[in-house]
Amino acid sequence: MIPMIEREVVSKKGWITTKEVTEIFAIAQSVPGAIALNSAIFIGYRLAGFRGAIAALIGVLLPTFWIVVLLSIVFFLVKNNPYIEAAFIGIRASVVAIIAYAAYKVGLTSLYDKATWVIAVLSVVILYVLPIHPVFVILGGIITGLGVVRLRNYLGIFTKLDKESERMD
Amino acid sequence: MELVELFLTFLMVGFVSFGGGYAMIPVIEAEVTAHGWMTTQQFTDVVAVAGMSPGPIATNCAIFVGYHTAELPGAIASALGMVFPSLLIILIIAKFFFRFNNNKYVKSAFYGLRPIITGLIAYSAIQFAISNDVIGDLSWHTFSLVAIFGLSLFALIRLHVHPILVIILSGICGVILYS
Repeated sequence: MIPMIEREVVSKKGWITTKEVTEIFAIAQSVPGAIALNSAIFIGYRLAGFRGAIAALIGVLLPTFWIVVLLSIVFFLVKNNPYIEAAFIGIRASVVAIIAYAAYKVGLTSLYDKATWVIAVLSVVILYVLPIHPVFVILGGIITGLGVVRLRNYLGIFTKLDKESERMD
Repeated sequence: MELVELFLTFLMVGFVSFGGGYAMIPVIEAEVTAHGWMTTQQFTDVVAVAGMSPGPIATNCAIFVGYHTAELPGAIASALGMVFPSLLIILIIAKFFFRFNNNKYVKSAFYGLRPIITGLIAYSAIQFAISNDVIGDLSWHTFSLVAIFGLSLFALIRLHVHPILVIILSGICGVILYS
């Protein structure tokens, strides 16, 4: 989806530059929400203010919305068919694999030193053992990040803040 | 009332949906089971259908759950709840802090957030494995599911097969093995 957005707004329409769109994608990734939706809202706002943001959001959301609604309707119609029931027994196992694969891919860029590994393993254990809502684990991650970096700075230990970056002060 | 509940639930999910949609799967799962909208196994089917649809997976899940719970108005309420935080946050950043990403506090927060997101996704894989019998008793049924799981994972990581194709192939295996 990201390369498609870039092609549309930079090459085809010439609305913004490659540099701008790269910055927008970077921000769209680090705030809550889907990257494609966030990028569309941002680009819409840059071009035509609040109305542009709304227009871009509606534009990017509507096709997805109708496709999902349509698929849900189809799913409810066919789900009691014995063949579909059998297919979904297999599909559920592959959904587990797809989620495990998502964890693997995110892990490749997220887990690169001892502290990040410890945080990840602890979060799985905490989610498993304590009856805690996952939202608090996410908020805990933000606080842990701020705390660990500050503590290591205080102790004079260098923290690489993402996998590729140079040290920052 | 159900519509308000759907909207507020996905509004909350929208505000914390960091790091791509998959991290939101356990969050949405916790919400739909707590509200009694679905069981974990039913929600696994939602993830499958959401994964087959184009567009962001978490938003797709929200739309599907909304439709399942309260039909079209439910789907609309859930979608609006999910995208409202994006709109609000992006507008604030676009207006005031264009240099948001280079902020050292933002970077430090992500140092902790990224591993948590990895952990959340791994946790949801384990949880789904248990509620769909991939982790279960020693039987031919469990063994066949573990085989489908293992082959799917191998196809995704090593052969770079597209997830939609993996879903379709595993569905065909399902029809052959279980019907």
